[in-house]
Amino acid sequence: MTDALWYLGRGTGVMALVLLTISVALGVAARSGEPLGPLPRFAVTAVHRNSGLIASVLLVGHVVTLLLDPYAQLKLIDVLVPFLGTAEPFWLGLGTLGLDLLLAVVVTSLLRMRVGVRGWRAVHWVSYAAWPVSLLHTLGMGTDAATPWLLALSVLCFVAVAAAAVYRLTLRAEVSR
Amino acid sequence: MTTLHIDWTACHGRGLCAELLPELLATDPWGYPIARTGGDVDVPAELHADAVTATKFCPRLALRLRAR
Amino acid sequence: MTTMDTRVQPRLLDAAAADLGEHHRGHGPIPWQGGVGRMIGELQSAGLTGRGGAGFPTWRKVAEVATAARAVVVANGAETEPGSRKDDTLLRRCPHLVLDGVQLLVEATGADEAYLYVKPGDAMASVRHALTERHGWDRVAVRVVAAPNRFVAGEESAVLAAIAGRPARPADKWLPVVHSGLRGRATLVQNVETCAHVAQIARNGARWFRGLGTRDEPGTMLVTVHGAVREVPIGIALSELVTGPVLVGGYHGAWLSSPAPHLSRAALAPFGAAPGAGVLHPLAPGRCGLVETAAITRYLAGESAGQCGPCRNGLPATAALLSALADRTAPPDAVHRLDHLTGLVVGRGACRHPDGTARLIRSTLTVFGDEVRLHLAGRCSR
Repeated sequence: MTDALWYLGRGTGVMALVLLTISVALGVAARSGEPLGPLPRFAVTAVHRNSGLIASVLLVGHVVTLLLDPYAQLKLIDVLVPFLGTAEPFWLGLGTLGLDLLLAVVVTSLLRMRVGVRGWRAVHWVSYAAWPVSLLHTLGMGTDAATPWLLALSVLCFVAVAAAAVYRLTLRAEVSR
Repeated sequence: MTTLHIDWTACHGRGLCAELLPELLATDPWGYPIARTGGDVDVPAELHADAVTATKFCPRLALRLRAR
Repeated sequence: MTTMDTRVQPRLLDAAAADLGEHHRGHGPIPWQGGVGRMIGELQSAGLTGRGGAGFPTWRKVAEVATAARAVVVANGAETEPGSRKDDTLLRRCPHLVLDGVQLLVEATGADEAYLYVKPGDAMASVRHALTERHGWDRVAVRVVAAPNRFVAGEESAVLAAIAGRPARPADKWLPVVHSGLRGRATLVQNVETCAHVAQIARNGARWFRGLGTRDEPGTMLVTVHGAVREVPIGIALSELVTGPVLVGGYHGAWLSSPAPHLSRAALAPFGAAPGAGVLHPLAPGRCGLVETAAITRYLAGESAGQCGPCRNGLPATAALLSALADRTAPPDAVHRLDHLTGLVVGRGACRHPDGTARLIRSTLTVFGDEVRLHLAGRCSR
């Protein structure tokens, strides 16, 4: 049982990162204002939103399982307040920080019609902090950090977001020319 | 019966609404939605759900539905 | 520069008064009506419509606003229409008549805030001076707000934006201004000439008001021709005011090939025209209508607030094409393309700036159709 929690906690964490990466990459690319190849814009937006939502659900699973797991030694306060943990306070704190930031992004997005475009956009900017923080947390905290598969996955995530950023910046440069 | 209201000061012409409501909206040469009717757009009952989706997907929150 | 129409006794321009004392001697105190809503019936009987250009029945707006608990009254004297001088003339010559009207609208709506929106200059100085005289005379203090000299700054929602301290740009009309205007409060925005008529109706009654004008469009209106302001009964023959082709209703108006019709909404409607704010631009002898309209359209395109995509993109494209037509460098399908472009902008903005511009273009293509064909053939009749 304890092992199951431990594996579940790690698995949900990794998958949350993957889905968060998809969401951020699509968000960055879609904001260029250009359609992504043959994909309809609303479809890109739908995948952006849903992957972000699923990432949040997985993140809840990640946190809850590790709270229940005695091996992880996670206290309730570590879930919301960063950098207080006993083991690996820095790397754990990054995870907490990422969770807090993502929480703000998701809540304002779900209430977007009420918050209004300005407020929503202002908060949405912190996605650019939440994603790298999550990636670093995975690499620093992750038990599997040293394994080639997780390293490869992290590189892949980084490349995906970097590619999206380059795509958007080149398009913007073309438009402004 | 509902009507779809476009806030032209908010619209940036991203075009998601025209993809989601092709029966009611096309795009003009600059990418802005153009109603097949003009003014606020009458939304027939069978397209109400699609119109709700369009308001939710507008990146600029420039669309609103008004009950009549 | 101001002349009175020779046939009728002017009702507004005649009420000129150098100060409150003279105004009081001529007109007496403010004819208070005795409570909220009490004047609505009289305004309805009088058939007064807004003199700012849209021509909406005044009583209906007053009735809407009067139902709200805390209302705002705004007298709009921005007069951002080039060539119009009537609001400026009125505010300089009879500021007290306008301000009496504002107070009567305050009473009629139960408003507890009032503003007068006017460009800096002699008219604003005149209003400010008049207000200093009116202590103990007014129910609600009128605050003067400066209007920027931009074409769309006189539009109702732009006026409210300016009063609220924001840039004077038109806003989306999800809720009508009469229900949700300044800071979300029910707001009555009336042109300053309309306010002056309100004061005269309160003093002399609806029957008197209906003594001039047509049955459906009673009363007088101020018109500006070549910078000169006259007060004329609605329905006057345009030929009494101008000769030759004339642009009726200002830059958002329509060209008439000759001043045959009369100056009323009903008489001008078949021509796609309307009196608007009473600005008449006759085509100067020897001038080409296309060249003139191209210049106006370039001005209008430049005056777009740039908020709404169809206007921001469509007006410059329209102006460029019409300019090419005026310069005799337009492609053969220019008329078709202008039809298409004007069709693209109508009804697609926060305000009526694109609609008004489209109306101007369409009337130009109709009235100067022969000239268009000449220009497409590389010639010009002028």
